[in-house]
Amino acid sequence: METDGVVSIDHVSPEDSQEVHVLAVDDSLVDRKVIERLLKISACKVTAVDSGIRALQFLGLDEQRRTSESDGFVPSLKVDLIITDYCMPEMTGYELLKKIKESSMFREIPVVIMSSENILPRIDRCLEEGAEDFIVKPVKLSDVKRLKGYMATREVKVGSHDRRSGAEGVGIEINNKRKLEEEEEISDVSSSPPSISTLSSSPFASSPSSSPTSSPSVLASPIRRLKMSNTD
Amino acid sequence: MDGLVQLQKQLVDYTASLFREGFLDDQFNQLQQLQDESNPEFVVEVVTLFFEDAERLLNELSKTLDSSFPNRGQASIDFKKLDAHVHQLKGSSSSIGAQRVHSVCISFRNSCEEQNVEGCLKNLQQVRHEYSLVKTKLETLFRMEKQILEAAG
Repeated sequence: METDGVVSIDHVSPEDSQEVHVLAVDDSLVDRKVIERLLKISACKVTAVDSGIRALQFLGLDEQRRTSESDGFVPSLKVDLIITDYCMPEMTGYELLKKIKESSMFREIPVVIMSSENILPRIDRCLEEGAEDFIVKPVKLSDVKRLKGYMATREVKVGSHDRRSGAEGVGIEINNKRKLEEEEEISDVSSSPPSISTLSSSPFASSPSSSPTSSPSVLASPIRRLKMSNTD
Repeated sequence: MDGLVQLQKQLVDYTASLFREGFLDDQFNQLQQLQDESNPEFVVEVVTLFFEDAERLLNELSKTLDSSFPNRGQASIDFKKLDAHVHQLKGSSSSIGAQRVHSVCISFRNSCEEQNVEGCLKNLQQVRHEYSLVKTKLETLFRMEKQILEAAG
């Protein structure tokens, strides 16, 4: 198993559960089914809900409950990652992200935003609000594989990457920018090789920082803007 | 045995043609990769959900644009609502790899943004047409797969 010079990923969460548990939020039934399968096939437990409100209810953060301990409510399983669609009626993924980051109990959970629209200000706003990553839909297996790096263990912040492709440590930004390069309208090129190997150098990959909002957004922004100038 | 091989070849050729003609794109491949012994019906299940979702949305789109509705003038069409439905259809078609449907949805959204009634009507016709084509083709594909499973015993 490759480690690329980084501490090997511990796939056993520090909690009692062996598998990572992902809370997926999407109002589209089709997308929920796909993301659920993508996650399950990547050895994750999944709870899929159709709205931000339901997601908050699941976490015990909804209006009726101030804390998850009220009324003896306990979420059935610790949540290791939240992946949410951006465009949803009533509560957008961005609003959900804010609510989660405002909560002392849940702000440490990494949140990933998905969107069919590749809008840079939107992406920036989400990253600034503390989102771990931003995936442009349609979501692929390689995107989910990358996500596992956020969840596996909180102590080691590795650049999760598609090992078969041999991408360097900064897999998170690389694949994110690859997505940003792809125009929605263009039919997808075959399978998804990470194409930006030139942006590999980064001290961040070996950093053990556990803060979800540090390096990714700092490093991603200038690089992303550079890439964006070549697209559209 | 020969019959089975022939069926398999037909399936491969047919699938290839769907990609070549742009009905399907790589996302469909992604879905197929997600199917295995633990979930052998996955692609059929997702595509079925797509069909249901698409039909519901096309219905809603028609209702909003239908000329039989007496008060249909430009001012009375809720383009935001129209756009919301198209956005959903665009998303789900993209998620299963229904490329042509997805492409028409993009044009459709532009028409909505421009509040172009004629454009919207044309786009609706196009999206119905493309949906009907891809539905037929996917059903054919699934039928062929089923035949192979049955022939293989």
